[in-house]
Amino acid sequence: MDKQLYMLKINNLKASIEGNKILTGINLDVKPGEVHAIMGPNGSGKSTLSSVIAGREEYEVEDGTIDFDGESIMDLSPEERAHKGIFLSFQYPIEIPGVSVSNFLKTSLNESRKAQGLEPMPAGDLLKMMREKMELLEIKKGFLSRSLNQGFSGGEKKRNEIFQMAMLEPKLAILDETDSGLDIDALRIVANGVNKLKSKDNATVLITHYQRLLDYIVPDFVHVLYNGRIVKSGTKDLAHELEEKGYDWIIKEAEQL
Amino acid sequence: MSEEEKILEEVTGADYKYGFTTDIESDTIPKGLNEDVVRLISSKKEEPEWLLNYRLKAFETWKKMEEPDWANIKYNKPDYQDIIYYAAPKQKKKLNSLDELDPEMKKTFDKLGISIDEQKKLAGVAVDFVMDSVSVATSFKDKLGELGIIFCSISEAVKEHPELVKKYIGTVVPTSDNFFSALNSAVFTDGSFCYIPKGVKCPMELSTYFRINQAGTGQFERTLLIADEGSYVSYLEGCTAPMRDENQLHAAVVELIAMDDAEIKYSTVQNWYPGDANGVGGVFNFVTKRGICHNRSKISWTQVETGSAVTWKYPSCILKGDNSIGEFYSVAVTNNYQQADTGTKMIHLGKNSKSTIISKGICAGKSEGSYRGLVKIQKSAENARNFSQCDSLLMGDKCGSHTFPYIEVKNKSAKIEHEATTSKIGEDQIFYCNQRGIGTEEAIALIVNGYCKDVLNQLPMEFAVEAQKLLAISLEGSVG
Repeated sequence: MDKQLYMLKINNLKASIEGNKILTGINLDVKPGEVHAIMGPNGSGKSTLSSVIAGREEYEVEDGTIDFDGESIMDLSPEERAHKGIFLSFQYPIEIPGVSVSNFLKTSLNESRKAQGLEPMPAGDLLKMMREKMELLEIKKGFLSRSLNQGFSGGEKKRNEIFQMAMLEPKLAILDETDSGLDIDALRIVANGVNKLKSKDNATVLITHYQRLLDYIVPDFVHVLYNGRIVKSGTKDLAHELEEKGYDWIIKEAEQL
Repeated sequence: MSEEEKILEEVTGADYKYGFTTDIESDTIPKGLNEDVVRLISSKKEEPEWLLNYRLKAFETWKKMEEPDWANIKYNKPDYQDIIYYAAPKQKKKLNSLDELDPEMKKTFDKLGISIDEQKKLAGVAVDFVMDSVSVATSFKDKLGELGIIFCSISEAVKEHPELVKKYIGTVVPTSDNFFSALNSAVFTDGSFCYIPKGVKCPMELSTYFRINQAGTGQFERTLLIADEGSYVSYLEGCTAPMRDENQLHAAVVELIAMDDAEIKYSTVQNWYPGDANGVGGVFNFVTKRGICHNRSKISWTQVETGSAVTWKYPSCILKGDNSIGEFYSVAVTNNYQQADTGTKMIHLGKNSKSTIISKGICAGKSEGSYRGLVKIQKSAENARNFSQCDSLLMGDKCGSHTFPYIEVKNKSAKIEHEATTSKIGEDQIFYCNQRGIGTEEAIALIVNGYCKDVLNQLPMEFAVEAQKLLAISLEGSVG
């Protein structure tokens, strides 16, 4: 198949941190319009995979390739990858005291626009866009002037991540454990937001422990990560099977290979 | 960050190499300090006898004092006999237009957002080309004059308003206060004087005008500011543009007097030459700043300190009056081998007097930053209140941050709160910003400005914007 059809193409990716091999040969292809779920037991390398795609420098890539829109992104800095349209929703969003949500978003959005040779977005347009997206995620008014993630509840932090995603309109969104720490109402709101942002041109990779999120955001593919490799891929049914039977049977299967 | 910006930042990091050049000074006296030199300075300035006597007394006091060594700073003490104590204002080399200005310096100015007219003044471009701002300055002066506001050099004030100078000079910072204030009192050559009459609200920041005229006031600067009853003034000193000076030692004295119901807001941005990346050279800045608050009056010090090799500075308030208020907001940045020992003293004497201290230290490179603050509640200060917050932000693992809070309370009704935090700019924070498309240098600027927000908010608007940029430039390259 023509590789241009793929948005993200990961081939035999191996990565380590401080000498520990975490990813041992990942292969993953994501096309525009698709939703992929990556599941797996603790320590299987799920968060490492998302960090490596986003370009975190602590990880050493030992082998393999990551192509995005038909071009290698291996030599790009994290911000350059972001400018190309890769967004990572953090499992643990970081606090930046004294920097308001609106100021952070403005900086973020305008840096991306600058990279694309565009002028900064006029303040009026920016505010209008913020209001629309806030409505989508049922975010209250005073939110914009709060310090980024400081004193936020778990739900507010995750909602803020999806709010930023909505503002930045990435091509590829990787949601790392976005469901963790969310109560059922917050989960519904966040999932609803993600669903509304989906289009035939963008793609979503959900990293999750639990099937629960997949009831709200229905994946086209489900992959099981174990010991740094994808050991099984399937459809949504695979997620149900995991929910019922746990990971042990897959682990056994994988170890027999 | 774009390639161009990177180059720019590298250049601004090294721009002191391209500092202003000066013509050979014409009117100087020999090196060294003795009674004759003090007399000579006074006579060159055609001063009245009372001022000469004031200087001589200060000199006698200074001779008996020892240079203090309690601060958390290490430096080679200057040889006080190797300093020239009087030089007529030095003439800067005149340029015919900004095109002749070193392009790197020009870029720094542009990056800081300094207006073209002001750039011309700072760079010493011939005055004929800046008629506009000269007339602006003149109209400023006219407008202030109509309100009875006196705003001039202290030498001029000694001649024109001797009664005011005589009445107030040395009343807040006595000559014997410390080694450097005694030295300053003996040999100060110029500085600024400001008097706001009763009930007058000064309609403008005494800033742009002042910033331009301040250049060349020398190393022993003397400032005296009096806000009479019910008046208000916001005063700005210093400059975000890099200031180069051959004088290694700076020992200024600033005295503020806020009469009943008056308010003084005093903002400083200090960006003297900090020495090179290896800690060679740089200005030693030993400043004594103090204000006295009478009944219901308020003095607010705001400082952004990014320059100097050594900073020793404690802008203070004597809260003499009942219901008086003292505030201190400070950002002190040290990088490379810079050392700063700075903070404040809040001396509560009046009933219901209140003070607030917000200190934000940022240390990078191999620098050392210290906060040193005294909160003193005297017996007479019924119901005094103080809130202090001292935060330090560390960048890298080779710098040091220290906090020395002193609290003395002699009245049981006092309420004192002290909060302190130390934090580091984490790789997590930077990666988070990077992931959102914000490059590392931008990310540091964002994080640092967020950290300093409570202090920067106290600065007049346009100056706050420049100060933000200055912080970013000062810390450039400090996270690998």
